[in-house]
Amino acid sequence: MDGTVTDVGVQPVTLARRQFDSLVIGAGGGGLRAALQLATADANVAVVSKVFPTRSHTVAAQGGINAALANVLPDNWHWHMYDTIKGSDYLGDQDAIEYMCRSASHLVYELEHAGVPFSRLDDGKIYQRPFGGQSQNFGGEQAARTCAAADRTGHAMLHTLYQQNIHAKTHFFDEYFAIDLIKDDEGFVLGALVLEIETGKPLLIEAKTTLIATGGAGQLFRTNTNARINTGDGMGMALRAGIPLQDMEFFQFHPTGVAGRGMLLTEGARGEGGYLINKDGERFMERYAPHAKDLASRDVVSRAISTEVREGRGCGPDGEYVLLKLDHLGRDVLQKRLPGISDTIRTFLHIDPAEEPVPVFPTAHYTMGGIPTNRHGQVVVPIDQGEEVIPGLYAAGECACVSVHGANRLGGNSLLDIVVFGRAAGNDIIEYLSNNRYHRRLDEASVDKAVDHLQRWDLQGEGESVANLRNELQLTMEKYCGVFRTEVVLAEGIEKVLELQQRMADVRLQDHSRIFNTARIEAMELENLFDIAVATVVSAHARQESRGAHSRIDYPERDDVHWLKHSLYYKRDRRLDYKPVTLKPISVESFPPKERVY
Amino acid sequence: MRFRIYRYQPEVDNKPRMQEYVLEEIQPGMMLRDALLKLREQDETLVFRHSCGEGVCGSDAMNINGQNGLACLTPLSNLKEPVEVRPLPGIPVVRDLVVDMSQFFYHYRAVKPYLKVHDPEPEVEFLQSPQQREKLDGLYECILCGCCTTACPSFWWNPDKFRGPAALLQAYRFLADSRDQATTERLEDLEGPYRMFRCHTIMNCVNVCPKGLNPTAAINNIKKLMVKDMI
Ligand SMILES: Cc1cc2nc3c(=O)[nH]c(=O)nc-3n(C[C@H](O)[C@H](O)[C@H](O)COP(=O)(O)OP(=O)(O)OC[C@H]3O[C@@H](n4cnc5c(N)ncnc54)[C@H](O)[C@@H]3O)c2cc1C
Ligand code: SF4
Ligand code: SF4
Ligand code: FES
Repeated sequence: MDGTVTDVGVQPVTLARRQFDSLVIGAGGGGLRAALQLATADANVAVVSKVFPTRSHTVAAQGGINAALANVLPDNWHWHMYDTIKGSDYLGDQDAIEYMCRSASHLVYELEHAGVPFSRLDDGKIYQRPFGGQSQNFGGEQAARTCAAADRTGHAMLHTLYQQNIHAKTHFFDEYFAIDLIKDDEGFVLGALVLEIETGKPLLIEAKTTLIATGGAGQLFRTNTNARINTGDGMGMALRAGIPLQDMEFFQFHPTGVAGRGMLLTEGARGEGGYLINKDGERFMERYAPHAKDLASRDVVSRAISTEVREGRGCGPDGEYVLLKLDHLGRDVLQKRLPGISDTIRTFLHIDPAEEPVPVFPTAHYTMGGIPTNRHGQVVVPIDQGEEVIPGLYAAGECACVSVHGANRLGGNSLLDIVVFGRAAGNDIIEYLSNNRYHRRLDEASVDKAVDHLQRWDLQGEGESVANLRNELQLTMEKYCGVFRTEVVLAEGIEKVLELQQRMADVRLQDHSRIFNTARIEAMELENLFDIAVATVVSAHARQESRGAHSRIDYPERDDVHWLKHSLYYKRDRRLDYKPVTLKPISVESFPPKERVY
Repeated sequence: MRFRIYRYQPEVDNKPRMQEYVLEEIQPGMMLRDALLKLREQDETLVFRHSCGEGVCGSDAMNINGQNGLACLTPLSNLKEPVEVRPLPGIPVVRDLVVDMSQFFYHYRAVKPYLKVHDPEPEVEFLQSPQQREKLDGLYECILCGCCTTACPSFWWNPDKFRGPAALLQAYRFLADSRDQATTERLEDLEGPYRMFRCHTIMNCVNVCPKGLNPTAAINNIKKLMVKDMI
């Protein structure tokens, strides 16, 4: 299988090839859950990840995973479904949301059986804490639905899922960077071109199915809660393969990032009883959300903080942040329930949260948009009146848009999303494999194109630097596509981002070595970020309403008549298209859009 | 601020060398990782792993002024100049500060780091009291950074046979889990003169763990379990 010589570009390269039934790109929670499903069904699966699996950003998730276990307060999946739809500002697809909320308990028990060290209640059951946007009885009292392993739930889940994959003997390609999808004329996806980072050698992985599970794109913004690797590579790969991205204008800003630094302080801090105050010591969320207060939805709290600061009620010498008060919780609760963020606060702010309130400000956090899929994880694109499946291609997790989060994700729903749809994709792939037993002929033109893409970075000489352009892009996105948006600012944003993107052509690397060349990886990551940035500002500019995380000062109201629809952005001509929101669930009554108050 | 950084690029260097760097602008609160990123803007051939920036992913373990630690959690203000930065000791260097961790992960996999349950699974969760769950604190938080194992003299001498502190801590994480039913099997797997008994309680591992975990205590607890299992 190895050692086929292909004549590509200027220098012929020896392109090694490997064949698998199924390729999974990404070893975060989404990719690992899918891989586990496949490996236990004896499919021949390869998992490619640009970092060692347990370094994936799922490891950073803190607060927990939602499931209506009713271990602490009464609960059921239907209430969870309602909260998720309301949280999404009615842009979420109700069939997918029903599917997710119905499967939640089963999947959390499954994680527990696999070894996740959840915190416990006195009766031995899984500990659950209240999180934002959760209610009992369709909008009634606060619910406690978020299953937690202290404030290290993502770490606990990711390590457990990796461990289970070791047990299942999944085949891992650690520290391999996926460059582009391989696709044939009939639209089948046949695998991907990847690069072994340690040796700098490209490898063609042929597979009957390819699942993209590459996570979010928080690196679009300067101040963010995301890891350096969160550059949305899978979304970039999809765009280049002609697949649109859905709902990219909806980017979640988390209310409580460490001011000036961006790292996350979980919503669980407010779930455990913490609250926000302004410079007058006022608990200002009571004004914005009289009922849910500090546990209103994230978009609501982020806007409230930004408004407090803009109207001069911010704290600190320059009035640039508000304070998160935790000291009244006491050292015990902090140590037991919030040990991770207590460490972070001590390390990065030199503050003892048991003594002093903590400076916080909204920070870019979560990519609601992504690669459009149905609830089986299949990638779908519109054709004529309906939708068509891209054969062989799947997506799951933060890079996908299924869409369960709509215009605003509820805390604790993403860890759920990744396991629910990672598993669903795994199951659908198993079925696809049973109907498609043979590899299709490889499309050499598509391979050549991917190899050319890689070889572009061999260009020598003087030029722009990746680091510079990345910094400029992040600043531009923060300034022109942040929490509050307007027509004028967004139009300017599009221009600026496009100008910057043009300068990518002038970038030259100084490092042309093969072995562990991270400059080349960062360059390709930046290419992806640029494509996603354009998708984000263009989609945001077009949407003339305020919904969830997309907040337009010039169109302050939600407009269901014109805008109750998903955006689809295509790279080619920067075209926008739209498709209807699925308001019909699978088995229960629809929740029609109504005014959203917390 | 002055830095001396270990450089080795096998395509051009015959042997490793130390390179001097100077960083003019040091902001308060800056961590070593921030500084390395700034230095990379001067010289993009300087290579190291990193990702989360907050001590949870375990990517950026390195040897800093003679001690293993995470660059992202090491404040510059605590460091003596010139700051000497080297790759983790005792394992092969791939390039610059990037090391080959295969041996480390081999031992991790070898302790079968997954829950083993023989009983049929219940419909709901396994019950575990808060006290039983507390036994996992200080164990499950390991980020597999490798600071401990690569600081352990016993591992330097027997990297192929001694499991090392990180893997042993994980072995104990499952032994300590009230849900796990493979105690005897796990203990048997650690018998013999090398796998665990090479540990001479030198405590290097405890001193360097950036998450404040205590592999030595875990190893001692395994030994106690072995004695108990014999009786
Ligand atoms: C700080 C923080 C806290 C959070 N807390 C919570 C919480 O409490 N509850 C909750 O529900 N959600 C939370 N979230 C959100 C949630 O953690 C993420 O949305 C989710 O973990 C994403 O998982 P994933 O599997 O889609 O992607 P990731 O875990 O990001 O994994 C992506 C994978 O893709 C790989 N990859 C990417 N690009 C390439 C490429 N080009 N080639 C090869 N491999 C590639 C990476 O190596 C990685 O393995 C939090 C997010 C953050 C940032
Ligand atoms: S205590 Fe044991 S494991 Fe830890 S450094 Fe010493 S010899 Fe190694
Ligand atoms: S025990 Fe500590 S030092 Fe060792 S790998 Fe785990 S986190 Fe790193
Ligand atoms: S960068 Fe993740 S631990 Fe330091």
